[in-house]
Amino acid sequence: MTIAPFIRTRLLGRVNVRTVTLAHGGGGKAMKDLIDDVFVGAFDNAALAPLEDQARFDLAELAAHGDRLAFTTDSFVVDPLFFPGGDIGKLAVCGTVNDLAVGGAKPLYLSCAAIIEEGVTIDLLRQVAGSMAKTAKEAGVKIVTGDTKVVGKGACDKLFLTTTGIGVIREGVVLGAHLARPGDVVMVNGLLGDHGAAILIARGDMALETPIESDCAPLQRLIDSLLTAAPGIRFLRDATRGGLATVLNEVADASQVAIEIEEAAIPIREEVKAFCEILGLDPLYLANEGKIVIIAPSEEAEAALTAMRAHPLGARAGVIGRVSAGEPGWVTMRTVFGGRRIVDMLVGEQLPRIC
Amino acid sequence: MKYVDEFRDGAKARILVREIESLVATMGVPDDRPLHIMEVCGGHTHSIFRYGIEGMLPKEIELVHGPGCPVCVLPIGRVDDCVSIAERPEVIFTTFGDAMRVPGSKKSLLQAKADGADVRMVYSPMDALTVARNNPERDVVFFGLGFETTMPSTALTILQAEGDGIRNFSVFCNHITIVPTIKAILDSPDLKLDGFLGPGHVSMVIGAAPYEFVANFYRKPMVIAGFEPLDILQSIWMVLQQIKEGRADIENQYARIVPDDGNAPALRAISRVYELREFFEWRGLGSIDHSGVKLRDNYASFDAERKFAVPNVKIADPEACQCGEVLKGVIKPWQCKVFGSACTPEMPLGALMVSSEGACAAHYQYGGVKQHVAAE
Repeated sequence: MTIAPFIRTRLLGRVNVRTVTLAHGGGGKAMKDLIDDVFVGAFDNAALAPLEDQARFDLAELAAHGDRLAFTTDSFVVDPLFFPGGDIGKLAVCGTVNDLAVGGAKPLYLSCAAIIEEGVTIDLLRQVAGSMAKTAKEAGVKIVTGDTKVVGKGACDKLFLTTTGIGVIREGVVLGAHLARPGDVVMVNGLLGDHGAAILIARGDMALETPIESDCAPLQRLIDSLLTAAPGIRFLRDATRGGLATVLNEVADASQVAIEIEEAAIPIREEVKAFCEILGLDPLYLANEGKIVIIAPSEEAEAALTAMRAHPLGARAGVIGRVSAGEPGWVTMRTVFGGRRIVDMLVGEQLPRIC
Repeated sequence: MKYVDEFRDGAKARILVREIESLVATMGVPDDRPLHIMEVCGGHTHSIFRYGIEGMLPKEIELVHGPGCPVCVLPIGRVDDCVSIAERPEVIFTTFGDAMRVPGSKKSLLQAKADGADVRMVYSPMDALTVARNNPERDVVFFGLGFETTMPSTALTILQAEGDGIRNFSVFCNHITIVPTIKAILDSPDLKLDGFLGPGHVSMVIGAAPYEFVANFYRKPMVIAGFEPLDILQSIWMVLQQIKEGRADIENQYARIVPDDGNAPALRAISRVYELREFFEWRGLGSIDHSGVKLRDNYASFDAERKFAVPNVKIADPEACQCGEVLKGVIKPWQCKVFGSACTPEMPLGALMVSSEGACAAHYQYGGVKQHVAAE
């Protein structure tokens, strides 16, 4: 690990206890030791190193990437903290990186605020910080400022993270939910529903054993090559909470167009289908953490697909439907069976059906 | 998914739809009086909407979505009773997921949970028993709900609790029984039904014999149907064939799951643990004689109703609600005065808007309010 030169000149604090106590939130030496040991060491970069109250950027350097700033924030309260395919740290980086990337931005800097419940082990924090650092490296972003708070037992569930991100949007890229036009093609970059299913199963309530892993991944490289190959793309969004169905409804509404999808074309893993079948859930509403919905003019669809399929996170990319001039705001699906039904917004949380 | 996808085959569906069309064409169905076929079970309603089956059928056939969603027909007073049990500090209240949203007069279980009650979602009554084992200092109550489909698993859980000497477990029993309910619908003076798709999962437990009266006394055809879309199309074809031939029989399309005599061990568990109530209140349908069960005296110590002296108040359905007429096929969901306005899945007024298996919620979610507004 290369520690920035500035840090080498001061001694990083060390935590010598096993668990976090309220003392670690007190603003004194215990807190400094925790931040140094767990976060500064892991995140390791020049902007964070001075531990000022803010990170500072050179404007000219930012402007070299494009002509607009993108700025976003997201909180992460996932239960359990560790699940097949990821953990809260990886999720917190990917979530914010992807929220920047789907706006056409190159993600550059993240902040990280942690709310920690007393009693959480230092090892757990180290694991999460390590995972954040690894994912940030993969995503080409730096975690440059942060905050920690410790709260009493029961005031939060082990660990909550908030990440905020800054990116720069490249010149000429204009994406928006209101830009879909009849004739456009709707695509996704791969198998849907893995994250939602993996989390529900990882909670252990159902005593199901499956090989399903969260699809949690940073998508900025995929999106970068996508936008290069198909610069006319109208809209990108990561299909997180609420899943594919929610994103499509948002676009249909914002653009005042109809969207028609083909159930048979929607890529869903057999295990996820079976999981949904058992619980009476609809995979169209399951959360994803590494999947985007793409709307592109039809003449660019082929180029977009080729670009995505060349990337490991887009290997299963495909066209799932079209934008049409039908009833504005409607999303409909041609079912595998040949019928047609409306795919509406979900009202509340999906709850398993009784029988 | 093997053994599932075969029953969702679009090519076979097209063949069946053509068969249905040519059958109906020979039946001389008047334009102003289409054939009304009721699917009794909420599972069927869900499949019909999920696969868009209604839109595939010729206009001479109208499907009427029946009362077979146990979550939907739960009356307001019983939900209030649930909430009052759940809000006791010593209680962990366990329930199937979709029952959490059913509105009571003041709140649903979901709201009670938000207000601090310990309400936990489980996937089977055995999970609730595990919660009881793991929390010996608390009183764990399972919200027993459903037709004969879920009755045996609740009964077997009680027998298991008895065998293991678990004392901190009880059941708030709201199990209901399908036969008196079908009878109540058939006795309704404004009945407009020409045939039934019989419930698949209930019949897996009780068999085909209990429905004989539908054919013999009321002269209506019934076909016990599976839940996959091809099952449903084939069953509709079988009902039409009976109507055409002037027959009224109980036929079993779902023979791969439903034995004619039912499931003997499940039936034994049911009769050992439960007895019929004099009457039970249904949302939308009112009180129906012998339509609910309670725990026998031998199992009184597992009966949450006795353990916690629940208030057991009766609260009338909201007046604007026309659930009863929708359930009996007198009006379509969107013809109800409050459909989509005062009654929505976010704020359900009536039973049928509560669960995704309820006719109104299914219409609203899958095919529903927008289409009808657009058509008007």
